[in-house]
Amino acid sequence: MALLEIENLTVTFETAAGPLRAVDGVSLAVSEGEVLAIVGESGSGKSVSMLAVMGLLPWTATVKADRMTFGGRDILSLSPAARRKIIGKDIAMIFQEPIASLNPCFTVGFQLEEALRQHMGLRGQAARRRAVELLEAVGIPDPEERLGHFPHQMSGGQCQRVMIAMAISCNPKLLIADEPTTALDVTIQKQILDLLMRLQAEQNMAMIMITHNMGVVAETADRVVVQYKGRKMEEADVLSLFEAPKHPYTKALLSALPDNATGDRLPTISDFAIDDTPYTGAGA
Amino acid sequence: MSEIVLEARDIVRDYHVPGGMFGKGRTVHAVKGVSLKVEKGKTLAIVGESGCGKSTLARILTMIDAPTAGELFIDGHQVDITTGGLTPEMRRKVQIVFQNPYGSLNPRQKIGDVLMEPLIINSNTPATERRDRAMTMLTKVGLKPEHFNRYPHMFSGGQRQRIAIARALMLNPSLLVLDEPVSALDLSVQAQVLNLLADLQDEFALTYVFISHDLSVVRYIADEVMVMYFGEAVEYGTRDAVFSNPQHDYTKTLFAATPRADVESIRKRLAKKNAA
Repeated sequence: MALLEIENLTVTFETAAGPLRAVDGVSLAVSEGEVLAIVGESGSGKSVSMLAVMGLLPWTATVKADRMTFGGRDILSLSPAARRKIIGKDIAMIFQEPIASLNPCFTVGFQLEEALRQHMGLRGQAARRRAVELLEAVGIPDPEERLGHFPHQMSGGQCQRVMIAMAISCNPKLLIADEPTTALDVTIQKQILDLLMRLQAEQNMAMIMITHNMGVVAETADRVVVQYKGRKMEEADVLSLFEAPKHPYTKALLSALPDNATGDRLPTISDFAIDDTPYTGAGA
Repeated sequence: MSEIVLEARDIVRDYHVPGGMFGKGRTVHAVKGVSLKVEKGKTLAIVGESGCGKSTLARILTMIDAPTAGELFIDGHQVDITTGGLTPEMRRKVQIVFQNPYGSLNPRQKIGDVLMEPLIINSNTPATERRDRAMTMLTKVGLKPEHFNRYPHMFSGGQRQRIAIARALMLNPSLLVLDEPVSALDLSVQAQVLNLLADLQDEFALTYVFISHDLSVVRYIADEVMVMYFGEAVEYGTRDAVFSNPQHDYTKTLFAATPRADVESIRKRLAKKNAA
């Protein structure tokens, strides 16, 4: 049985201009130890569907799903208190902007230990020891000294490492990474991806990698879901997606990579006649 | 030999950080002696990580900032902004497009006014002609005349970057400095903007200095590539030379770090994973 199962998820936002459907009937599943990549452009609803799983959407959003289970438990019908026991502990999330997602008013150590206090019941010296261990695990030099630092004293790459340390602090079963390397340099991106993949393999975590970078998908994913305008276009394992994309949108996305440029011009999405009906042929 | 539009010789830029009550001041060497030459109609790409001085160099090339030492020639004329005497004609020749299209447009200024402002400041073109030229430029970058009276918030990121490019082209510059013009854009929009830049280069015989940290974009657009590392140009050559035979260790690290999206490398990765 899959660890996280979502069936027919729909997220609607109440806006001044009427209801806006950001996610429209998306189904997906992740098994233990599996890396699933969700690919799409901005506005394709890839982050929103994961925020719905985390329960982090604002009150203007209406989340509906035929099924949304984590480890066999229905998370939509859980009480908020019971849900908070899962969120942040068994399901953890890393966000896109590392510097913006840490609280500038507290030290890195305080923020790390807060998660440990909340979910693991660790206090004082025990919490501190675990925090040092975590910073070591994500490759931050001088972890003891770093615990006393504020986010602004660290670089973007280091802040992202702290975010990762915080996310894995409670040994989550599922890690959701929302564009974890978009704000970072290529060389740092490589380090962070290597770190995430190492941790994923060591702890046999399930991972959902949200990204718009096809290179990141190619380097990390086992299976890929392509999303466009809030709907799932195609789902395939990573090799068959890159070898033989089925949906025209996926084809367009792959040929827009400057790596694959053949002539003088890059093909763009508008060069392809795209119907936004999901691909439902064999294998999807 | 074709015409050299831009030449820089040993450009140095130091920033002095003043001392406070407790600390002594110090000097940051942002750019340490960079030389470059770009021919008319060609594209030079400058690659490097954040903090390596590539944007500082861009500011110097666009005459926003003065170099601490070194010489800058534009169209064969030496430029020195510290001593003044920079004519509007010189200013016109070099324009810049910034990275973030959300930050580089004034939210309270209509698109038409954005495009006409360079003309008001730098020339005495009559109002009707200003309007016509703005309209023409708008259609040239792939927008429509009805966008003239709209505000920046009504546009998407890709459209805003088109507006920023249109604004830079209003004065018919010969050199366009593009500071990470597509890094904030989605893949498909990125492709559209890169195509637009290629078309405009052909049409106006523009010379580009293209700053980026995305090697796949650089490989696509550049004629020559310069790799910067801690303020120094560690590698400088034609695109093919740099990509096929990188000399410096940093360039090699950069290539190794770029995610590869071809089927062969996915196969390799999966095989390695299954073996482990």
